[in-house]
Amino acid sequence: MNTFLFKSALDSPAQLWVTLILAGLLTYGIRLSFVLLFSQREIPGWLRQALRFVPPAVLTAIIFPELLINNNTIDITFGNGRLIAGLIAILVAWKTKSAVLTIVIGMATLWLLQVVLHL
Amino acid sequence: MIVTPKKEFLSGIRAEAPILVGVIPFGMIYGVLALSAGIPASAAQAMSAIVFAGSSQILVTQLVHQLAPSIVIILTVGVVNLRHALYSASVAPYVNKLRPLWKWILAYLLTDEAYAVTILHYQKEEGEEKEVPENNKHWFFLGAGLALWSSWQLSTAAGILLGAVVPVSWSLDFTLALTFIALVVPALKDKATLAAALSAGIVAVFSFRFPYKLGLMLAALIGILVGIILEDLARKRTRQAS
Repeated sequence: MNTFLFKSALDSPAQLWVTLILAGLLTYGIRLSFVLLFSQREIPGWLRQALRFVPPAVLTAIIFPELLINNNTIDITFGNGRLIAGLIAILVAWKTKSAVLTIVIGMATLWLLQVVLHL
Repeated sequence: MIVTPKKEFLSGIRAEAPILVGVIPFGMIYGVLALSAGIPASAAQAMSAIVFAGSSQILVTQLVHQLAPSIVIILTVGVVNLRHALYSASVAPYVNKLRPLWKWILAYLLTDEAYAVTILHYQKEEGEEKEVPENNKHWFFLGAGLALWSSWQLSTAAGILLGAVVPVSWSLDFTLALTFIALVVPALKDKATLAAALSAGIVAVFSFRFPYKLGLMLAALIGILVGIILEDLARKRTRQAS
């Protein structure tokens, strides 16, 4: 069991399917939790408070390395096309709050930098 | 006022419709990313039914691509989807008197998007109608949930078809970061959430070489902790001021 859980999901088709099914069961269990099991109970205050910070913390922990890690090192320069496109996308998301505009403008910026400046 | 099941079901679909405009491109991006991460089309499509949670599915594609071990993938999905416990607690009083089969089905459909419209509908006539299954509002929930479910499956399929013809040089994997930027930035409404996000991001950058992608978990935990501490400090300060 230990070795199974520590293998990469692309190790074999079975590995991938079992990983997906366990991730799905966990998600379903969370959704079912209060509806079925503890329908009489309230969420404790500390957990409610912590849950509020889960999306910003997790999602930013993914975004930052995507923008700042280039060829396996930290790259905070104008030569890093993903960083520039990402910063512009952050500005667009902040000003417009539109997901479609953020993705379209961010992607267009990256393509432009790749074509014009070969970043 | 009691409305027939059919009418509730249809108004659930109608309420969900505007949200679908944003969900469909998201589903297509997921399909494209799953293929480019090396996930076979069958598993990519099945994930949309098995996990049925957009941002965590996109996260799985990234972790699979980076050869993260299964346990890290499963735990990360769990952490990202923990917020659904809040939704579960929030709808629980309204579905409490329904038959278990209804609870099993509605819990499966309890996504961000279905929850958002359903809870508003339940709260519309708060008071005596609360916890009455005869008001048929669970049919509204079912309509909204199924509308989202079918759009998610179809847009995944469209993305998988598209992903098979898009070359790697188009850098479409960058849509992952962009999608998350679009989700996070508008949600940073106060100092505590901003600090949680920034500290998690910085820790993630400096721990990106940690084995098993554990840097992501560490970064998320530190971010959550920073958020809680700042919020508590702010509360204390307002209490002292008043």
